[in-house]
Amino acid sequence: MSISVKDVTKRFGDFVALDHLSVEVPSGALLALLGPSGSGKTTLLRIIAGLEVADSGTVLYEDEDVTNSRVRDRNVGFVFQHYALFRHMTVFENIAFGLRVRHTPKAQVKERVHELLKLIQLEGLERSLPSQLSGGQRQRVALARALAVQPKVLLLDEPFGALDAKVRQELRQWLRRLHEEIHVTSVFVTHDQEEAFEVADRVVIMNKGRIEQAGTPQEIFEQPANPFVMDFLGNVNVFHGRVSGGRADLGGLNVEYPEYMDRESREATAFVRSHELDIQRVRNGRPALQANIVHINPAGQVVKVRLHAEQFGVWLNSSSRPGGCASSFRTIKFEGGGDE
Amino acid sequence: MTTDVNRRVLPGFALSLGYTMFYLSLLVLIPIFAGVVKASSLSFQNFWDAVSGDRAVAAYTLTVGASFVSAAIDIVIGVLVAWVLVRYQSPLKGIFDALVDLPFALPTAVAGLVYSDLYVENGWLGRFLVPLGIQGAYSRLGIVLVLTFIGFPFVVRTLQPVLENLETDIEEAAACLGANRWQTVTRVLLPAVWPATITAFALAFARALGEYGSVVFISGNMPYRTEIAPVLIVARLEEFAYGEATAIAVVLLVISLVTLFLINLLERWSKQSHA
Amino acid sequence: MPDTATTPRNITAAHEDPPAVRIALIATALLIMGVLIVVPLVNVFYQALAGGLRLYFENLLGDPDTLHSVKLTLIVAPAAVLANIVFGVAAAWAIARFKFPGRALLTAFIDLPFAVSPVVVGLFLVLIFGLQGFLGPWLRAHDIKVIFAIPGLIIATAFVTFPVVARELIPLMEAIGADEEIAAVSLGARGWQMFRRVTLPNIKWGLLYGIILCNARAMGEFGAVAVVSGRISGQTDTMPLRVEKLFQEYNMPGAFAVASVLASLAVVTLLVKSALEWKTRSDLAAAAREASEGGQA
Repeated sequence: MSISVKDVTKRFGDFVALDHLSVEVPSGALLALLGPSGSGKTTLLRIIAGLEVADSGTVLYEDEDVTNSRVRDRNVGFVFQHYALFRHMTVFENIAFGLRVRHTPKAQVKERVHELLKLIQLEGLERSLPSQLSGGQRQRVALARALAVQPKVLLLDEPFGALDAKVRQELRQWLRRLHEEIHVTSVFVTHDQEEAFEVADRVVIMNKGRIEQAGTPQEIFEQPANPFVMDFLGNVNVFHGRVSGGRADLGGLNVEYPEYMDRESREATAFVRSHELDIQRVRNGRPALQANIVHINPAGQVVKVRLHAEQFGVWLNSSSRPGGCASSFRTIKFEGGGDE
Repeated sequence: MTTDVNRRVLPGFALSLGYTMFYLSLLVLIPIFAGVVKASSLSFQNFWDAVSGDRAVAAYTLTVGASFVSAAIDIVIGVLVAWVLVRYQSPLKGIFDALVDLPFALPTAVAGLVYSDLYVENGWLGRFLVPLGIQGAYSRLGIVLVLTFIGFPFVVRTLQPVLENLETDIEEAAACLGANRWQTVTRVLLPAVWPATITAFALAFARALGEYGSVVFISGNMPYRTEIAPVLIVARLEEFAYGEATAIAVVLLVISLVTLFLINLLERWSKQSHA
Repeated sequence: MPDTATTPRNITAAHEDPPAVRIALIATALLIMGVLIVVPLVNVFYQALAGGLRLYFENLLGDPDTLHSVKLTLIVAPAAVLANIVFGVAAAWAIARFKFPGRALLTAFIDLPFAVSPVVVGLFLVLIFGLQGFLGPWLRAHDIKVIFAIPGLIIATAFVTFPVVARELIPLMEAIGADEEIAAVSLGARGWQMFRRVTLPNIKWGLLYGIILCNARAMGEFGAVAVVSGRISGQTDTMPLRVEKLFQEYNMPGAFAVASVLASLAVVTLLVKSALEWKTRSDLAAAAREASEGGQA
């Protein structure tokens, strides 16, 4: 089920949240709406869901015009930033809610809920109340509740925004795997570019109610369309390569990657935050790339440096405190997807 | 900041707590204790005769029954008014919001006086109701009417903050899952305010149990028919039957205290389940 | 550009009721508020003034017993309120600022007078101070009259309105927190200085509302006062008791005249409350604005 948003405008008083915006979500995609706060990304998501009505423009699901259909008739799965679980209902009843209001037979409800509990790895907690769960567990219940009614599209509003860093990291990986399993067209809103690039297979960068650039993470990284995108992404580096046997070979860099101990070699993409790159004048024996400094921007407390590794055709961004000396590659955000 | 630090840092702990205990004991606890002592000085037979006579039983039944019915009515109309005040914007909202508190501030004697005047045959409301056979004044219905008035603000003021704190996203979640508005209200919203509703009911009920000033004007105070327990206590006092009056008063006190205890229990329970 | 700007957008948002339901609910709420509260309030003043202004003032000022009841109420209510203010501030200070064993129990005890029927309160006071009461013989020997006299009325009124000030102040002081007071003490303020310069300015509006509400309840108190007063016309009748007496004498214009004064008091109480709520809200908004502008204040 693809989604088309055509020429949508939305105002709140004098504030223009969306300004003649159009976007396509291909069927089966996992798309991230990325932008700073106030860029209109949540408004766009809510208009796709039907929770907000556009002032003008149309929303299509496949070929069906849903612009004027009510939210409850659209069959969307929506995951809220603060979960919006029904706190007086158990986990089971929360997940079963959408089926119950459709008068699904009891046996079928039970079967479907247990199937989903297994999917979100919370079997045995079906009698718990939301208040007895951790933040990450609540968000997984919210996701299962949204999936229970087999929605045509899955929409997530800052799904990991309220969670702490470690849980956020786990849930990202999990959402990515889940999407590969169920393949429902999904859109999620985030202001965290790391999250967008790690999870989504398409990214839409928004600013002031307009789209600055849309494409695959790779396209956006390699060809930022304009200065806004470049500045917004300025501090992440992408490496392509392969992983096998606990090591990653990333175009000239060979680093440890104990998370993947399999002998079989897989294609991989690594994202490295700019502050995790270290610039040294002389090779010190650690994994390194040779690069030329193109531009130095001493902005405030950190110095931003743009480099070009000619040998491998890679542009690099680095930022470090003046005089500071971090060890190279403290962490690698790793996304082991792609072909085998 | 822990409050233990305060005790060392801030002055006046012993003085304020001491005065609080002193004043509380003098004004509240000693009189209640005296009443209980007096009641226990009655022989069991006297006590039992006083509290189990037909007239006394009729009075308790009416007191508890009318309080229950009026608290139930308060819940229905209070939920409705609280919903309208929280969810809908209108220019008159401020005035109506303030008027909800009138029963708190209006002397009960005034409420009783005006209610009895409204519902008699030629009163503003009685002229429409009495021809239909609805006797609002000097009847049990009249008692329920004034008790409903007295308990109304307790319900609205208990539910208003709860409704205000309901995030609209749970309603949006229900709609996304395919629930229509009616299903959202009955399955999501009402269960979410249910604990507060029980507390509100108990508060209105407890307030109605002890009410005297307004009822005395409108009920007609006919023994066995429209005489509530506090009116019976006053009647016994006027006959200088202190023992009987005290016995009935202790029964009424126990009913009130049990209700108060239940309110506390309910609040603790709902706080726990909503932590 | 597709011409969608003109398509009807008549779907309601997920958290809004359909317009018909909305209108029905508002109408029902107006009906409830009208019948329950507005009509009775208007009726009080209508009945009081039905015979014209002259008769109204004659009813109020021409009857010596009524005049006496006004005077008595103006003695009894302020005395009871004053006692409860001192208690309310002390109790709020102890409960909102310190943690001690039995704190929850003490809070519950403070609510106790709300749960006791006023008539029962009056009766228990008679049992202590009455002629046959525990202290009766001693009081008679010293020629002190409590029951059927002003002291009894004050005690009964204070009992019934006992929790009002404390209940306004405790949540307020808990919300404000102790930081400013601790700062004052650390700067060398003595207890009284701290209270007068820091605590009192912070709680003054809540305290004012507590006092006004307590006063309204005190002036309107009926059940407890009815029992301890003995209802002697021109001697121990407060205004609400006077209303009942006039009502029993079928002097409805007289009863409504006194009732209208009490109702005005209630209306003033509500006005003060609304004004204070409005002030608190605008103060909060101003504070939020200042904070968002960088908090230079």
